[in-house]
Formats: sequence, structure tokens, C-alpha cells
Amino acid sequence: MTTAPSFATVSQLAPGEPQLVVEKITLSFGGVTALAGVSLDVRQGEIRAVIGPNGAGKTSLLNSISGLYRPQQGRILFHNDQEYNLLERRPDQIARLGVARSFQNIELFRHMTVLDNLMLGRHIHMKSNVLDCGLYWGRAQKEEVRHRQVVEEIIDFLEIEAIRKKPVGTLSYGLQKRVELGRALALEPAILLLDEPMAGMNVEEKEDMARFILDINEERGVTIVLIEHDMGVVMDISDRIAVLDFGRKIGDGTPDEVRANPEVIKAYLGEDHG
Amino acid sequence: MNLFLQLTISGMTNGAVYALVALGFVLIYKSSDVINFAQGELLLVGAYLAFFFVAQLGLAWPIGVLLALLVAAGLGILIERLVLEPLIGEPIISVIMVTIGLSSLLRAIVNGIWTPRPRLFPSFIPSTDVHILGAVVSADRLWAIALSFALLALFTLFFRRSSEGIAMRAVADDQQAALSMGISVKRVFAIAWSIAAVTATVGGIMLANIIGVSGDISRIGLRVFPVVILGGLDSIPGAIIGGMVIGLLEAWTGGYVGQGLNQVLPFVVLVLILMVRPYGLFGQEIIERV
Ligand SMILES: Nc1ncnc2c1ncn2[C@@H]1O[C@H](COP(=O)(O)OP(=O)(O)OP(=O)(O)O)[C@@H](O)[C@H]1O
Ligand SMILES: [Mg+2]
Repeated sequence: MTTAPSFATVSQLAPGEPQLVVEKITLSFGGVTALAGVSLDVRQGEIRAVIGPNGAGKTSLLNSISGLYRPQQGRILFHNDQEYNLLERRPDQIARLGVARSFQNIELFRHMTVLDNLMLGRHIHMKSNVLDCGLYWGRAQKEEVRHRQVVEEIIDFLEIEAIRKKPVGTLSYGLQKRVELGRALALEPAILLLDEPMAGMNVEEKEDMARFILDINEERGVTIVLIEHDMGVVMDISDRIAVLDFGRKIGDGTPDEVRANPEVIKAYLGEDHG
Repeated sequence: MNLFLQLTISGMTNGAVYALVALGFVLIYKSSDVINFAQGELLLVGAYLAFFFVAQLGLAWPIGVLLALLVAAGLGILIERLVLEPLIGEPIISVIMVTIGLSSLLRAIVNGIWTPRPRLFPSFIPSTDVHILGAVVSADRLWAIALSFALLALFTLFFRRSSEGIAMRAVADDQQAALSMGISVKRVFAIAWSIAAVTATVGGIMLANIIGVSGDISRIGLRVFPVVILGGLDSIPGAIIGGMVIGLLEAWTGGYVGQGLNQVLPFVVLVLILMVRPYGLFGQEIIERV
């Protein structure tokens, strides 16, 4: 038995309620249409996988949700204490609503230590004020201690005690992916968007990562949107899977439904033969 | 010995001003990759603001200087919002051209309001002679050195300890990641520009106190380039040490070798150092991500 986490999700929804609704978004870069009228719903508390061949638009979808890309058409609604239209918000504002993410090509603060990276994950919870600027006094000190507690718990949970003082640039790929997950967790998000968290890992590292994702989802109630190429893992841990191909959604449903979907089979076979 | 000490203190005074100006320049470059060619004009504007509040409005100098700093901070934010924000995502050369345009604009505004005629700066910093170890130096130089060091220490603390400072470092390191942490990159850019304007104003006031209020102030601001190239465009300690090195080199060559050469020697040193360390003494090698 794991002890109850003191860092908990900030979502105010009951499990199963619609949390994120992507409505017919279209995103083009010049002549390239990365997403063509894609719709998708994510329910509170589920693990929602997004799969598809290379260049299908998976990362573009995640970037649209987190505000880095701005689709030309459609809506993206996020529900928490109220409904928010994410297309009207900047990426940093979206993060503050409780949407955290990791990146396909690791985007850690390379010149900082693991601990500093995780502490930056606390940024939205810090009362920032240029003048009282967190110098180790009074309230600021008390606040710092609290953030350190949350971060240390995450370090324990992800089993990265041994590397907490290391600059992340020196770590192995697998460990960097783990630190990036930790940093996203430090935001105490309601929903976590993970872009290929297991890419480039060996079997053992993948198993660890799958276990962390399941724990975060089950024990902390954090909704997960997961992009992953490893079909074994995806079929194993996802509640529902959406399939993208050339910027369109060609399948959506439980792992069994998706496995039996002829269009999905064709897309994947097509990729193998192409 | 006497001469050496005198030259050293004079070199440190200039060096401290260079360091302050370079700090602002580095901050802007580090957080937003913008090379600010208007840094010297920020010095000029700062000096004239102080001149306006203290000499022309006749306010008590602590209030006048404070007002000058506040207006400068506001101006920094305004420049970022109006001039640079619309350029986010544009090629770096356009941004550089815009900061060059900005420098002409600021100089024109200053000339338009105050005319190019040199003015006497109200000397509120005591300039009595002080005797140390047999050397005679003017107290205002010691003040300038002390004040710059205090400011540099304060800003270093700000970057290391405050959540705003750490957010600035995060933006410098990885902008996308910083955004996904809920850090407002716009806010960080605005803070960088206002700190740059504030430190430049302090530098401008110190210079004005020594050489008077005139267009010469922005010329000295140009010295920021050898300083930051020497220290590394993206290094705050580099800005401080680079400022000191250039200031001292100028003073020593000016005193021992001859005036005129002191304008050249810093650049010779610069070239030599760049041959060995192309990223500057403390600059980070740019690692291309694949
Ligand atoms: N910033 C961008 N500028 C131009 N084109 C882009 C950009 N981002 C994505 N694209 C294009 O959009 C399409 C979808 O790319 P995306 O990265 O979303 O695919 P993906 O499903 O994540 O692929 P992978 O499995 O390789 O990560 C591709 O054709 C890609 O070239
Ligand atoms: Mg991708």
C-alpha cells in the first residue's frame, strides 16, 4: 500500500465527466494540414491514448491543447470549476488552469539540477512578487518549505533520490524522461498530456514508466492523455484510444474496438508497406 | 603606486558602469535572444530623466532619482510591449534593425526635448577628494563603485533566489518548457527590459555626475559591446567581470602607455580572447539540438 498523496489533483469534476472536449479543430502550416477537423473528448480520470503513424498529427493535437499551436478552426473546451475555451488562452495561462505536459523531444531546463527543474514545476503555485522576491524570509521561507515537501514527495515517488542534485543535461535519456514527468507532476495538474513518454527506453524502463503513469492516474486521480507508439503498452493501460492518420481521426474506442477497426488495421498495414 | 591606485579606481568606476549596462544587455539577450543596440541610448535617457527631475523640476535628489528609475522601468516595459512583442518570431536581423532604429529614435527624442547642448548635472554625489594610501581620488568615483557593486549583488541575488529571477533563467534555458510551467514569457521579457532600463539609468546618472549630461553618455554605452563579447553574451558574471576588465585596461593603458591607445587596447584584448574562446570568457557554447 502506498500512503495517500498530499499532492492531489485540482480537478473539481467527478470521474467520467467530460473534462476536455476538442471540437473539429483544423490546423495548417502553410500548405500542410496537420489536423483536419479532429474531434476528441477526454473524461475525468481516464487514460486516453492517441496513436497513429509518424506525421499523423499527434504532437500537433497536444500542442494545440496546451496552446503552443493555434488551430485556425474549431474549439477546445476544458472543464474544471467552469468551462474554459483554451483557444483564447496563452500556453502559460493554460498551464495555470491545471493542464501539464511533457514533450516528445525532452524539453528540460538543461543547465539546472533535477531539483531546480522540479521546483520550477511549482512556479504557478508561488506567490510571485518582484519585490519580496522569495528571499529566505518569513512567509517566503514557509512557502518554500511547502514546495520543497511536494517536490521531495515526487522525487520519492519516481525513485530519483540519487540524482536530485545532478544537472539534467548529464542524465541518461530514460532518466530525463522521468524527470520531465516529475516536473509536470509538480504543477499538481488536473490533466497530464504525455508525448511519447517511453520512446527510446529499454523494456525495464518502459515498465517503470507504465507503472508511474498508472499510479498517477489511479491514486491521484489525474486524467492522462498519452501519445505512444508501443502498442503493447497502449492496449494494456488505456481506457480509450483515438487513432489519427494524415491529420484525421480514423478510429476511436476501447482497445478491443480499435484493434478490430478495419480502417485502423489498414492505416498501420499501409505504414508497414510504405 | 600612487598613480596605479588612482588609475585603478578610475578604471573600476568606468568598469562598474560598464558592468551595469552590460547586465541589462545580457538579461535581454539571455531571455529573448534580442541584441539590443539601443542600450547606450537607455543610458542617455536615464541620465536626462534624472536631470529633468532633479535640475529642472528642482525635486530633492532622492525623489528625483527614484522617479527617474520608475519612469525608466515603465519605458522599458513600454518598449518591449510596443516595439519588440510584435516582432516575436521574426528573423533576428529584423529585430536587430529595429533596436538600431530604436536607438536613433530615443536619441532624437532626447535631442528634441533637451537640445544637444551639454548640461551640468546637479552634483548630489559628494565629489570631495579622498586620500587613500597616498592616492587622491574623488569621492563620487568611490560612490559609483560601491553603488554598482551593491546593485550587481542585488540583481545576482534576484536571479538566484526569487521566483521571478528563476523564471527568467528558465525562459533563457527553454522557452517552450517555461511556458508549459505556467511562466509568462511576456512578463519575463518585460521584466528584462525594465531591469535593463533601470540599470542603464543608474549607469547614466553616474556618468552624468562625472562627465556632465550630453550625447557623450550614449557613446560610452557603446562600450557594452566589447564587454559582453568578452564576458559572453549570455553570462551575468561575465558581464560583471568583463566590465571590470575593460574598464581597468582602458585606465591603465591610458595612464601608462598614453591616451588614444586606451581606446584601442580593449579591442585588441578582445580579439585575442575571442581567438581562444569564441563564446567569450563565460559564455555557453551553443549546442545545436538535432
Ligand atoms: N511547427 C510546424 N511547422 C510546420 N509543419 C509542422 C509543424 N509541426 C508539425 N508539422 C507538420 O504537421 C504534420 C503532423 O506532425 P506531428 O508532429 O503532429 O506528427 P506526429 O503524429 O506527432 O508524428 P510523430 O509520431 O513522428 O511524432 C507533419 O506533416 C509535420 O511535418
Ligand atoms: Mg509527435
